[in-house]
Amino acid sequence: MLSDFFILMKQELVIMVIIFVLLLLKIGADMSNEKMMNLANGLLLLNLAAGFTGNQPGVLFNEMYVTNPLIVLEKNILNLGTLIISLQSFSWLKKHDHVPEFYVLLLCTLLGMFFMISSGNLILFYIGLELSSIPLATMANFDLAAKRSSEAAMKFIMSSAFASGLLLFGISLLYGATGTLTFSEMTALITGSPLHIFAFVLLLAGFAFKISVVPFHLWTADVYEGAPVAVTSWLSVVSKGSVLFVFVSVLYTVFKPIAGNWYNMLFLLSVVTILIGNLFAIRQNNIKRFLAFSSIAQIGFILVGITGSSQVSSASVVYFVLIYVFSNLAAFGVVALVSAVTGREQVSDYKGFYKTNPVLSWVLTIALFSLAGVPPTAGFFGKFFLLMAGAGKGNYIPITIAALNMILSFYYYLRIVKAVFMDANEQPIERLTIPAYSKLAMFICVAGILITGLAGFVYDYIYALSFGF
Amino acid sequence: MNYSSYITLIPLLPLAGFIILGLFGKSLTRSAGILGTFLLLVSTVLAFYTAYNYFFVSGKINGIYPPVTALHYTWLSFSPGLSIDMGVLVDPASVMMLVVVTFISLMVHLFSLGYMKGEDRFATYYAFLGLFTFSMLGLVLSTNLLQIYIFWELVGVSSFLLIGFYYDRPAAVAAAKKAFIVTRFADLGFLIGILILAYYGGTLDFNMLIYRLTATNLSPLTQTPQIGFMGISLLTWALVLVFIGGAGKSAMFPLHIWLPDAMEGPTPVSALIHAATMVVAGVYLVARLYPVYLLDEAVLQIITWVGALSALLAAIIACTQTDIKRVLAYSTISQIGYMLFALGLSGYGDTATGYSASLFHLFTHAFFKSLLFLGAGAVIHFVHTNEIREMGGLRKLMPLTHITFLIACLAIAGIPPFAGFFSKEEILLAAWENNRFGYILGLVTSGLTAYYMFRLYFRIFWNRTPSYSNHHGEGSWTMKGPLLVLAAAAITVGFIPFPHFVAVNGQEEITVPLRFSIAPVAVAIAGITIAYVLYFKNNPLPRKWALAFRGMYKLVRHKFYFDELYLFITKKIVFNGIAKPAAWIDRHLVDGFMNGAGWATTRLSESIKALQSGSVQNYMLYVFGSIIALAAVFIYWT
Repeated sequence: MLSDFFILMKQELVIMVIIFVLLLLKIGADMSNEKMMNLANGLLLLNLAAGFTGNQPGVLFNEMYVTNPLIVLEKNILNLGTLIISLQSFSWLKKHDHVPEFYVLLLCTLLGMFFMISSGNLILFYIGLELSSIPLATMANFDLAAKRSSEAAMKFIMSSAFASGLLLFGISLLYGATGTLTFSEMTALITGSPLHIFAFVLLLAGFAFKISVVPFHLWTADVYEGAPVAVTSWLSVVSKGSVLFVFVSVLYTVFKPIAGNWYNMLFLLSVVTILIGNLFAIRQNNIKRFLAFSSIAQIGFILVGITGSSQVSSASVVYFVLIYVFSNLAAFGVVALVSAVTGREQVSDYKGFYKTNPVLSWVLTIALFSLAGVPPTAGFFGKFFLLMAGAGKGNYIPITIAALNMILSFYYYLRIVKAVFMDANEQPIERLTIPAYSKLAMFICVAGILITGLAGFVYDYIYALSFGF
Repeated sequence: MNYSSYITLIPLLPLAGFIILGLFGKSLTRSAGILGTFLLLVSTVLAFYTAYNYFFVSGKINGIYPPVTALHYTWLSFSPGLSIDMGVLVDPASVMMLVVVTFISLMVHLFSLGYMKGEDRFATYYAFLGLFTFSMLGLVLSTNLLQIYIFWELVGVSSFLLIGFYYDRPAAVAAAKKAFIVTRFADLGFLIGILILAYYGGTLDFNMLIYRLTATNLSPLTQTPQIGFMGISLLTWALVLVFIGGAGKSAMFPLHIWLPDAMEGPTPVSALIHAATMVVAGVYLVARLYPVYLLDEAVLQIITWVGALSALLAAIIACTQTDIKRVLAYSTISQIGYMLFALGLSGYGDTATGYSASLFHLFTHAFFKSLLFLGAGAVIHFVHTNEIREMGGLRKLMPLTHITFLIACLAIAGIPPFAGFFSKEEILLAAWENNRFGYILGLVTSGLTAYYMFRLYFRIFWNRTPSYSNHHGEGSWTMKGPLLVLAAAAITVGFIPFPHFVAVNGQEEITVPLRFSIAPVAVAIAGITIAYVLYFKNNPLPRKWALAFRGMYKLVRHKFYFDELYLFITKKIVFNGIAKPAAWIDRHLVDGFMNGAGWATTRLSESIKALQSGSVQNYMLYVFGSIIALAAVFIYWT
């Protein structure tokens, strides 16, 4: 039992150890920022490596905690995203006074996500969710001097609390209706009565809020714009990814009996999300806000994939999140660097970027191509599999809308590429020196974008672990 | 023996060369060529090792050489039943091609070290050569239809880049475009053919496809009455369409028009692409699917006639051209026509001797034709013109080029004991056995070949006293070396007992009776004699003859007006009848609709701006309202 505990929960345990190490260092040791960050990055690399040691399925604490190879893989993807974000925030954090706190908060949210993904019980799920969102509000406020950063944190915590309230209401209704909190027992008891559906809608709203599905997305742009870039990329990639993983597994297992209902709901939400996300993204001039809205549209595509509810669907969601980690973090990496050094965040600031920063321009371009879904970047394959999974059900309306919206998204992604390469600018962003850590992060991302799509084994591996019905 | 350990390196090394030279070529300058050549040298050694291994050590099982899938990799699997695979196929034909492609490419790489010296984009040139070699090797080693199609197109792209290498010359750009567009049209046929075969055959894999189609007659492809199109069975359609793709790449009539223009590229490139490798891809494709083609005699007969016609017409045109490279280009069309002619011959009888005769000719032709092109390159390098009327008497100035060119001419004319003799004999023997009329055509073509090749030879090396001084010698050893090696090959490769290695049913012996050789050799000698009379000394005879047959001469000199015909169809009919109305619709209706849609989208985007007010209490309101709406819709309505 005890050895099971150490083996099955190894990823959570490693993170806890790192959190305590950093906390104690904060109290006891007087380290320079750079040293601290070197250490933190090293520990995160260790954490990533630890995830690849063995992955057997298992259950702990009366089915409260569940793990299997797919879950381990999902956690590894999140670990990878964390490491990349940590590497990218180097140039921003080194001027900051509270480096260890940042890492402790970051890892606390990651720990929450891990518990959430591994939860086999609504209580643990809820605790994980809260653990992953409360420290995030503090992180959003991490530009301590900036007013808009505090505003972002304020908006985030209020919206978050509201969403949690709804979620909790849903959970209590569900408990009242079925008499159990364990996922595996609940499935058999859900029949699709109005009460069940109402409870499900509340739960769905909680999920939808976290992954910013329209119309629960409104907080996204304000928070993304105000928060430091590292936190924005964390919110848009790792936080969303983790909730998506849970969302798929909960939908495909617990709420399987009312699949007909949620299929229609997701169908509706995906169409609305893609449309609204794209329409807003078109006219954004702040590049962070722009990435926020484009990420909303991306979520719409993922929902299309989820509606397929086959093995291809769940595989394509995990696959897409992996690709999304690479593509979005590559884009955010460039934005983070530019923002940290020059403070410029407008799309028009990027005019003539290629003249002064060819390498960064290419990284940004490859990332945007992947986000838009231009072959042969991985983003194309990710979207392709999502749409194919969605088409598996034979409902071609969302697929058609999604495909048409891809054209729309080309417009706004290529608008930035055009600004970077073609537009003239009298005061372009000056030549930036790329710190070694950022270089490494960008290299990982670009390699991921170029390799993940073309190397078929990545998808095959995920497909083999996935499930559907 | 497991080939997979090293065989993938053969195509990957040139690819590595392409990537390295493409990225860092500018800083490498001269060493770029040496690096590219070295990588290809390793590839060539590995290719020869593979051939040795396959033919002499481990390939032979029960007296035949079975195909081996040396490597199989599922690249993209869409669902359990549908996947795109990449693999490496080792069988007699592919191993033979492997040797030819790497060897000729190596010679061209070496030759170019001298020929392209001082070129501005020297590294780029070698990068493109690497890309082409990679694509061609990938094509040769493909295990399935889709893979061969991918490499087929890659070959097209890289040849486009090489033909248009001198992109500041309008003629080169036009030629590159022409080559690309004409072959693309043919490739459309190829793609449709692939789709039909794959859909009804249920697989993309060559061996599987051949097995399914030949072993059982239950496939819908072979059942004519039920499924078909315009009264012709699907199998016939598919095979004809695939052949159209092959005919486009191999420049067969009437899709040959791109090849003579493609001579605008650097001459070594012509030696590589337009003599030995890319242009024979069509022959290779038909050979790859040969067991399937054997199911349908009608298609084989089409192939025979297309081949025979191309061989004859191209040979006639070659007799009147005065641009050295164009003569060689038409000669290539003619020789490839010969190969396809031989492949198709099995449609007339049940012997499949044409198959190995055809591939044998492909094999020998690669050596002497690339030798001719490289020799022509050396000549052009020396005199700085392509026009044979401005040449003459070069034998003293370029002794080595002279001798090797003579050897190549003798080989292509089919004079024993040079390589071309043996392969041509086999083709003519197959023709004699299956189709007597085809035999006559083959014989005439053979005579014409001997005539125009020696016309070229006498014009360049004899005819009149040279007006050139020996200003910079024949060229460096890197240019002479490949000529010597290829000349040695042109003399010797004919003695290889080729049908013993490459044959459609394992192996067979083809013995050509000695008296059978009398007619072809006599015809060839006759052709040479006429050329001697007309061109050995500068005399007025050729002009007199041309005047006497004025009308015919003009027709042939203008290549039967094929280019004009195409221009008339495209410019007058397609542009005015189809393109202009389409452009109008595009400009007014489609663009109008698109602009309208774009305008509407931006307006819509403006109008929902208010939704994002910035105050959290409003956001909560929307969330709350949405939940109520969702719950209401899904509880009460459904």
